[in-house]
Amino acid sequence: METNLLVLKNICKSFKKSGGEEHLVLDKVNLTMKEGEIVALLGRSGSGKSTLLRIISGLAQPVSGEVLYKGEIVTGAVKGLAMVFQTFALFPWFTVLENVELGLKALGIPQAERGRRALAAIDLIGLDGFESAYPKELSGGMRQRVGFARALVVEPTILLMDEAFSALDVLTAETLRTDLIELWLERRIPTKAILLVSHNIEEAVLLANRIVILGTNPGTILSEIQIPLAHPRDRESPIFRKLVDDVYELMTKRPRNAASKSETVPLSYRLPEAPINQLAGLMEALAGELYNGRADLPELADQMGFGIEELFPLLEALEILSLARTEEGDVELTRFGKNYVDADLLQRKIIFAELVIQRVALVAHIRHVIDDRPGNRAPEERFLRELEDFFSEEEAERVLLVAIEWGRYAELFAYKEDAGILSLENPGKKD
Amino acid sequence: MTENKIKKSTPNLWDASAFMLVMGLVVFLALGSRQMAIPYTPGDSIPLSLNPEYLPFYAMRTVVRMVCALLCSLVFTFTYATVAAKSSRAEALMVPLLDILQSVPVLGFLSITVTGFIALFPGNLLGVEIASIFAIFTSQAWNMAFSFYQSLKVVPKELKEASQLFGLSPWQKFWKLEAPYATPNLIWNTMMSVSGGWFFVVASEAITVGKTSVTLPGIGSYVALAIQDKKLSAIGFALLTMLIVILLYDQLLFRPMVAWAEKFKVELSESENPPVSWVLTLFQRAYFLRRCVQKMTTLSHNLIQRVPKLPPLTLTSRTTSHRFMKVESIIWYAFLVVSILFGFLMLVNFVIGGVDRSEIINVFMLGFITLTRVVILLLLACLLWVPLGVLIGLHPRWATRVQPLAQFLAAFPANLLFPVAIFLMVRYHLSPEIWCAPLMILGTQWYILFNVIAGASAIPNDLIEAAKNLGLSGWRLWKYLLLPAILPSLLTGLVTASGGTWNASIVAEVVSWGSTKLIATGLGSYIAQWSGKGDYPHIVLGIAVMSLYVVLFNRLFWRRLYTISQTRYRLD
Repeated sequence: METNLLVLKNICKSFKKSGGEEHLVLDKVNLTMKEGEIVALLGRSGSGKSTLLRIISGLAQPVSGEVLYKGEIVTGAVKGLAMVFQTFALFPWFTVLENVELGLKALGIPQAERGRRALAAIDLIGLDGFESAYPKELSGGMRQRVGFARALVVEPTILLMDEAFSALDVLTAETLRTDLIELWLERRIPTKAILLVSHNIEEAVLLANRIVILGTNPGTILSEIQIPLAHPRDRESPIFRKLVDDVYELMTKRPRNAASKSETVPLSYRLPEAPINQLAGLMEALAGELYNGRADLPELADQMGFGIEELFPLLEALEILSLARTEEGDVELTRFGKNYVDADLLQRKIIFAELVIQRVALVAHIRHVIDDRPGNRAPEERFLRELEDFFSEEEAERVLLVAIEWGRYAELFAYKEDAGILSLENPGKKD
Repeated sequence: MTENKIKKSTPNLWDASAFMLVMGLVVFLALGSRQMAIPYTPGDSIPLSLNPEYLPFYAMRTVVRMVCALLCSLVFTFTYATVAAKSSRAEALMVPLLDILQSVPVLGFLSITVTGFIALFPGNLLGVEIASIFAIFTSQAWNMAFSFYQSLKVVPKELKEASQLFGLSPWQKFWKLEAPYATPNLIWNTMMSVSGGWFFVVASEAITVGKTSVTLPGIGSYVALAIQDKKLSAIGFALLTMLIVILLYDQLLFRPMVAWAEKFKVELSESENPPVSWVLTLFQRAYFLRRCVQKMTTLSHNLIQRVPKLPPLTLTSRTTSHRFMKVESIIWYAFLVVSILFGFLMLVNFVIGGVDRSEIINVFMLGFITLTRVVILLLLACLLWVPLGVLIGLHPRWATRVQPLAQFLAAFPANLLFPVAIFLMVRYHLSPEIWCAPLMILGTQWYILFNVIAGASAIPNDLIEAAKNLGLSGWRLWKYLLLPAILPSLLTGLVTASGGTWNASIVAEVVSWGSTKLIATGLGSYIAQWSGKGDYPHIVLGIAVMSLYVVLFNRLFWRRLYTISQTRYRLD
């Protein structure tokens, strides 16, 4: 009875770096989807989960390995797979009806049937009355309903969702999720399976039968977890909370041996996107009365209003800088972290400077180069070029910006953005 | 609500007015274009009369030329820009080429091509008409193609993915995604180009290249005749007619198009003050007409559906190896380099064949004189229009009134006003070396004004309040807030004005009143004089040097400033 709708065999994907070398983003991913399943792909940024979704949908091609849909190799856009986008991807110059009809037009379905099916889909998703509205006139939630109607009208066998709810506010997202699950449970849509990419752990536990966790650098499947709960699910039930905790633990477990505690992270390390203010805010919250230095991750995320997309990079940064430690789904401030929170603004900078230069090779390297150069100045391209040995151009730029922000905050060096020059100049003094 | 339903099925008042408007335009264009292909041999003079009764007819001829050029420019834009955006190899040649073409003075194209076009249609006026249309085309097409190309390059990724996933064919993708996405920018650019085009349509109607001297019936030739006959009153009538033409163009074409283009903007929030147009409203309310159009489009769609589908185009064939691709592109680029070198040598050879080498240095000197004029004029225009524009822009009520006026003035062909100025110069014995210069910027200064107004009205109110709260006033307020805030839009205006001023130098550095000729030293008058004599090596040399000046001026000056202003002074 259970048939394999989708099979991924040893999917590898890499991007060309500027030097012509390949940068691996997905490494031997294997996955099978059966009829009746809702699968959630969870991972932090850089895990290649969106890339994987694009490979499955035929938008991108793997470097090696293959995707089989109903036993046939996927090489391009496939009839039977439809996607809902994070940014909705609606055509602003088409009305709701025209947007929904788009996929049917491409299939060459005659106008009468096209109209009938589109209106039915619009009805189904609760958009009646808005057929002639333009996306501009709609709120975010309504726009995403158009996104769903447009995907469902082609009667896809597998519905793909790329962070479909993450651009919506909490309440709207919840309503839309509930509506979708209802349609699914009542079998009012012919869809046989749903694959969703998410960075929201609760959302994954709420919707999926099975959660697949992707690790970073390169993306591989770290683990899978079954969610044996019946729909509709109660977020407050102990078993639900337990599952959420488990997923957090799985996702923060570090198989990575390169960056074990209190060691310098090498130049090739992808520094996480962690703005100083958020780091400080998180440490202050941790040190506060509520947690007293140690917090349960789901609880912390909930209280701070963070998704894992925001929380995990912060935790990673705290870990690298040995300001905090993450274990078994909990995070705890270290001695350094506590000192930092207790210090005043200037002392904080001193503590941070000491740690960052010890633990982050890139920051230390930048400072070293500037010290050595005549005039104590260096162009940022110099460092970008070095980083491009390890990352794609875009990623190199991102990593360098993180290092620059940390170094600037620590007053280790100054940076002029429009000129792209790093120097020792104190920006307060004019020359 | 019930009333609405009735409106949908029967033609209403809106329908009637829209119908009359459309039919009027069709008849008008048909009448005008019938006159274009009458028999003609070079040397014949086409009878022109200074009787103002004929002016509406002349105006119609001018407008038809404009419409033809616009259609050609659109066809060119859709093909050239699309190919450039889709093929990276073509791109490497086509984009820089466009950049150079943009810098070649428009009237230069005319001097070079007119004899060729006449030879193409012997014994018929069509050749001359086409030469004129071609000149207008060159003033519009490059700009429009560039805008379209740039829009195609930045179509949002997720929209591309969505159309790919839903299986749109390349043809469907172009018309449902790419063309609509590029529409707002293209329309704005088209409208600006048409505004600039009026100048050239007027200038191209009375052409003399060597022995070939042709006058096409139109407002421009009417004014040329009035200058010859020293009739100031006729010039007054011509100005009035042009005023009405531009007003109609503004109301019937420009505004409806800009208001309509609002629909294609990708920002998913509605703008606060969307542009409005009574013509657009008229057509939107003409339900019957709309339904007719809808029926026709579905009909044609169904026809297209019946055409057997071609197998889907696969653009990247995975079988060709990397090495092969590399060899192929090396060959392609080598071919490009060789043909560019060849073209350059041809040019040098042609020029040296007919021009003394010492003259080349002289021409560069003349170019420098014109450059000096351009720079001084732009500075003076800034001194005048920046303070005024900012003041107007800071008062929304003034801005909404002055803005359309400035756009209107930018469209008005300034060369129609030249006779008035020349008359005064002759009368009071003013030196052409100085007093010809203002003519160059007469038509293009408005670009500075309306861009500054747009920039100033976009300054966030918060910033102004913060500045006042901090106690900034007088010169400090200008220095720290107003001037930096308008810099990006000021530069946009200056770049357009600068290009227009160079172009205008060809007609503004040599002016005449009756038999009196006033000549200002400069590259513009050099090109104009040699065009009159029909000496091609000299014309080509002049045009090449002017293009070089414009390209260098753009690259070394404008583009750098623009980049800085875009990175440092953007308000968003």
